[in-house]
Amino acid sequence: MAASITGELTKADTAREAWITGVGIISTLGEGAQAHWRALHAAPGPGDAVTWSPFVIHPIAALDLDKQIPKKGDQRQMEAWQRIGTYAAGLALDSAGVKGNAELLARMDMIVAAGGGERDAAVDAAILSGLRKSDRPAAFLNERLMNDLRPTLFLAQLSNLVAGNISIVHGVTGSSRTFMGEESAGVDAVRVAQARIAAAQSEITLVGGSANADQISTMLLFAMGHRLWKGELRPLWERAAAGGGLASGSLGAFLVIEEKNHALARAATPLVRLSAVVSGQARRVPGAITAMLEGLWGRIAPHLEADRLAIISGATGAEPATAEERAFLSARAPIAIRATSSHLGHGVETQFPMNIALAAIALQQGRIFPSFDPTGFEHAMDAPLRQVVVTSVGHWRGEGLALLEAVG
Amino acid sequence: MARYLDQAGRPIVVVTGMGVVTSLGIGTADNWRKLIAGESGIHTIARFATEGLKTRIAGTIDFVPIERLSSPDLSERLAEMVAQEAIAEAGIGTRGDFPGPLFLAVPPIELEWPQRQAVADASGAYDTITNRDLMRGADTGPFDEFYQRFMFASVADGLAERIGTKGSPISLSTACASGATAIQLGIEAIRRGEVEAALCIGTDGSINPESLVRFSLLSALSTANDPPQAAAKPFAKNRDGFVMAEGAAALVLESLEHAVGRGAKLFGVIEGCGEMADSFHRTRSSPDGRPIIGCIRNAIADAGLTPDDIDYVNPHGTGTPENDKMEGLAAAAVFGERAKQLPISSNKSMIGHTLSAAGAVEAVITLMTLDRQVLPPTINYQVPDPALQLDVVPNVARDAKVRHALSNSFGFGGQNVSLVLAREPK
Repeated sequence: MAASITGELTKADTAREAWITGVGIISTLGEGAQAHWRALHAAPGPGDAVTWSPFVIHPIAALDLDKQIPKKGDQRQMEAWQRIGTYAAGLALDSAGVKGNAELLARMDMIVAAGGGERDAAVDAAILSGLRKSDRPAAFLNERLMNDLRPTLFLAQLSNLVAGNISIVHGVTGSSRTFMGEESAGVDAVRVAQARIAAAQSEITLVGGSANADQISTMLLFAMGHRLWKGELRPLWERAAAGGGLASGSLGAFLVIEEKNHALARAATPLVRLSAVVSGQARRVPGAITAMLEGLWGRIAPHLEADRLAIISGATGAEPATAEERAFLSARAPIAIRATSSHLGHGVETQFPMNIALAAIALQQGRIFPSFDPTGFEHAMDAPLRQVVVTSVGHWRGEGLALLEAVG
Repeated sequence: MARYLDQAGRPIVVVTGMGVVTSLGIGTADNWRKLIAGESGIHTIARFATEGLKTRIAGTIDFVPIERLSSPDLSERLAEMVAQEAIAEAGIGTRGDFPGPLFLAVPPIELEWPQRQAVADASGAYDTITNRDLMRGADTGPFDEFYQRFMFASVADGLAERIGTKGSPISLSTACASGATAIQLGIEAIRRGEVEAALCIGTDGSINPESLVRFSLLSALSTANDPPQAAAKPFAKNRDGFVMAEGAAALVLESLEHAVGRGAKLFGVIEGCGEMADSFHRTRSSPDGRPIIGCIRNAIADAGLTPDDIDYVNPHGTGTPENDKMEGLAAAAVFGERAKQLPISSNKSMIGHTLSAAGAVEAVITLMTLDRQVLPPTINYQVPDPALQLDVVPNVARDAKVRHALSNSFGFGGQNVSLVLAREPK
């Protein structure tokens, strides 16, 4: 049975449009729209090939946490992934001009795409070593867990506690939902946020995600699935020849999505219109991803202006997903394609909101950033940019597309 | 046409099928019989050694055969059982083809100790095992099965494949409010006109030594181990924490128009839902109760009702000193003097706290309460708390006339959801 598709195109000029009025992004490239736009004009860096050698990660750039998480007590109660998410959410609220607006934040909705939290590596190591030597391993495990786990570590492990921390630090309390499920969580978070606004279920929503590459849980999972790139990093489209692989990236990316008239009423500056988000989940037999992407593309195709359109791909580098996405993208030639994970690494749940933010920035600039793809798959584009399609193909499951359009 | 729309012009959302499994048993009929008999499903933990633990009781589900025991495996198995019960009752779709999306409340998934040990073994390291060793073990070992099992999307993926739900399945967490959030997402999708039917499931099979220790270290759990059946004491003065439990519940939601169109039997109506997050603290609610009061008021307003219309409350009612105090305060604020007479009984006194599943489990029990017009009791209510002037339906079930009921779910991390349920469309 063919998997079905969820999500609708919101036609421009209908009564309710979803505008993006704020973006907050942090990654290995730095902090904020300008830093990212600048960095995307330089060749991708090599990442950190030492910490998790032979695997490569893209660690988060240095952050001055006090700027977005003013209380030291709050900083202490979070682990890295929560600080990344809370920081990026603060940037998004600043960007939308709503930071500290208590009345608005109290009715602002929130959807966070999150994985899981951190572990205490020292405690885990001591337990694993001790379990082998213990003649009563079950009692040993209980004793060590009871005595060695920090009580507050739990609060840095629960998926919904990125959202919880955003409520506490920034005061976003209208509603709060956390979607889990790797890349699909990011796609569906943005899709549901957009659909709720189009259907008058929300006026303004904070949506995004947070990922810390420098932690054992995700790294271990990717390694067990043999999805990681090993050795000196190569640009994304070059990796297939060597079997493919992803480089994990630390990312924080949040968007403020707002109903057009709500934005106009508070004289907010629209960055772009989020016209459509569509998602699906193919049974991954050969050809299924390509077919799913074709089906999703069919949903938004009537609205596309090919000569003013670019595609920002969320391709992970992991195979066979990336090869299938490539086959789909090949058929879209000569539309310019840019795979951002060459620059940023792969941030799982956060990749899609991050790429939507980068699309919004490019549309603001009126052009797509240059390609550094040595394979020639990513075409140059000189024409003014009016539309961007963002893709997501999960390294294991889940496919999605978003259409963003310049406003005015 | 208008009779299919609610007071706000939105499609009315009805429940046409339900399924439930708790520590009391399998299925709505068996659970209901035991709930109104005031039985407890809480017992001494036999699944793993409890030596050295302060809490040695839980509502684990040990009567469901399962090939491999892990949180995602058991959570998926329980979810599939309740989904099958709900879909069979609804008589919707065909086997392996459900005509709507899946919204799944599921515990956060992570590698557990047996798998971590297997990876450590594969590393060849012995004395001290570092992250680097684990990565080497993971990279060299045959662990593709672990990889697929411990992905956050894996439980929903397995369910979506076998049940044949449509579109990208959504896995979600709002901690102890997750089950209610899953229902809320289904309601919203139907109200948007995006879908005619949705399958909303809350499931939790996550009791293992580490999950128990985590809650224990937050001082959230009852340590009244003996007798286990008496440990969960919501609203009683001697309440000393919640009792972890496993369970699952599924609801088939449909637009009223769709349900009537295909001649489906209606089990109830979801009239309203409300949310409000708390910005006070990671585990404690605002001392003034403003977020949970606002959450309840939002749900009642969303249903087009006033507090006077609510005849019964199925509370979050965990049995922690803090939760029940705040919930009593919220009831007084929302219902005023009526709060003293308004029945409010906690299912958790019998089934324990089913965590990610609780919101869905308790919505199903509330719908049965509306259907049978009998209020399940709050058991273990021996020492009234003078600070809580509430009718908790102490110890014995009671007949009642219930038209509209409220079901509350409040989560760690400050995520609160309330639902308003009814037997019949207005």
